[in-house]
Amino acid sequence: MANGILVFIEHVEGQINRASYEAVRAAQLIGAQLNQETAAVIFGNGVSNLATEVAGKKLNRVYTVESDSLSSYTPDGYSIAFKQVIEQVQPALVLMAHTYEVRDFAPKLAASLQRALVGDCIGYKIEDGAAVFTRQIFQGKLSADVVPTGDTPHFVSFQIGSFRGDECEAGQAEVQALTVNLNAEQVRQQPEARFKEAKAAVDLTQAPLIVAVGRGIKEQKNIEIIEKLAAAMGAEIAASRPICDNDWLPMDRQIGSSGQTVAPKLYLAVGISGAIQHLVGMKGARTIVAINKDAEAPIFEIADYGIVGDLFEVVPALTAEIEKMKQ
Amino acid sequence: MKIIVCLKQVPKNDSILRINDAATWIQDRDLTYEINESDAYALEAALQLKEKNGGEVVALSLGPARVQSVIKEALARGADRGLHLEDAAFDNLDAFGAAATIAAAAKSDGFDLLLTGLQSDDHGYAQTGVIAAELLGLPHATIVMDLQTEGSGIKVKRELEAGFFQWVTLPLPGVFTIQSGINTLRYATLKGIMAAKKKEIKKLDAAALGLDAATLAPKQQIKRVYFPQKSKQTQMIEGTGAAAAATLVEKLKNEARVF
Repeated sequence: MANGILVFIEHVEGQINRASYEAVRAAQLIGAQLNQETAAVIFGNGVSNLATEVAGKKLNRVYTVESDSLSSYTPDGYSIAFKQVIEQVQPALVLMAHTYEVRDFAPKLAASLQRALVGDCIGYKIEDGAAVFTRQIFQGKLSADVVPTGDTPHFVSFQIGSFRGDECEAGQAEVQALTVNLNAEQVRQQPEARFKEAKAAVDLTQAPLIVAVGRGIKEQKNIEIIEKLAAAMGAEIAASRPICDNDWLPMDRQIGSSGQTVAPKLYLAVGISGAIQHLVGMKGARTIVAINKDAEAPIFEIADYGIVGDLFEVVPALTAEIEKMKQ
Repeated sequence: MKIIVCLKQVPKNDSILRINDAATWIQDRDLTYEINESDAYALEAALQLKEKNGGEVVALSLGPARVQSVIKEALARGADRGLHLEDAAFDNLDAFGAAATIAAAAKSDGFDLLLTGLQSDDHGYAQTGVIAAELLGLPHATIVMDLQTEGSGIKVKRELEAGFFQWVTLPLPGVFTIQSGINTLRYATLKGIMAAKKKEIKKLDAAALGLDAATLAPKQQIKRVYFPQKSKQTQMIEGTGAAAAATLVEKLKNEARVF
């Protein structure tokens, strides 16, 4: 009989991914409302210290799954092992943080059990005694309430920042080792060591004021008006991914899931629609200003101040006004 | 080397979206469409691999008659053939159903590499390629930045979080989801557009692919679609000229106290 909520704990280089605690928090909340037991599972080789850390959270159990073939993350290794854990533990719901690693293996795991993964959710509600999950569609322009259908287990991943990992209730969980059958030949991916490209020249995380530019700027030569605005403000320039993809600004100016994560005093977003991959990198800013021609752009959802209009009019006017103020 | 590249047709990035009467999806009338962004980079990656290693690029798209325009665009850019998966039974597929359909078509055509973009701009599942790999019993890698053939296999550079990358070696055939911005997209030339007119687009439906209703039945269901509730109270400033700029600067200075 399927029962309980099982949370996937991700780790790299001996550190638990903080996003996993957001998934633990989600499990605590949903578990309390639906009267379900909660457990976490951690895969690897030599993960007892990490399991002890997770066991300090309010959970009924923490499972460890250890194997030489789980020393490095691979989608094959994790999917094969996780499937066997699900057969042993029989959870009703499997919760994960929607990290790059989860994106890499979770759809395969769910498909191997003929189940859906309701991915990248931003919240849940309980309707008729069952959880309904909210996910963003059209890059955050719309929300959709989604239910997994058919038999359990159901698989759900939550977008980073959807729950507060630091609000996890403390507790004392029992740690239990599970055994799986996994041999090296079943793992077809051979990963090499993780690396960073040449060190980022600019550390935007320390900048108090940031002016960020997006697709709305249309052409490389128009970046100049953003540079003038940033110079007038004494701000650093940043960009959304498409701008860096086009080499209009260097990669180390990119904000978002694949770039830097910043929390400045002021984040002024110009011509940025606010795709979720961008928002995760800047939504912690204290004050957010958005200038965009599309009143429905998701950036306005998180902005403190908004101007709907042509950035080619607004930006020069703003530059002139700031120069006037500074005189 | 034979490469099948999956191209999804999605509403243009700057489309004004309206919710349908049942509040289950958007209204599709009055929309203009384009190739899903990361899929366009997958197509370019496929064309570059073919130029380097020889072989064939097959452009696959799943959807109603209108998706032929993305197949034709791919043929004009240099793909050799098209596969158009069209059936009324494909109208409301979730990621699993779409992946099952693509997997069946890819299997019947045969391939060394199956490429998709990493995520669609509409549903945003970020799952279809990975599920297809599982259903085909093949290895995969996601969020791929670079692909280098190596002997009978392939070495791919994956993007990880927080600025990290990783090279992973896999045997072929395999499935790879491609990150946006990894190459420079080409435009179709006039010569390419003319040549595309002679290229074959093969249509396949559910019966031809041996897909039954149970396989295509959604495993997740959208109950309702709506505009997101604002998490913050946004002060909208009217106008776009000097007056609006002055208002904004005043608020930033005196309310938000950032200057």
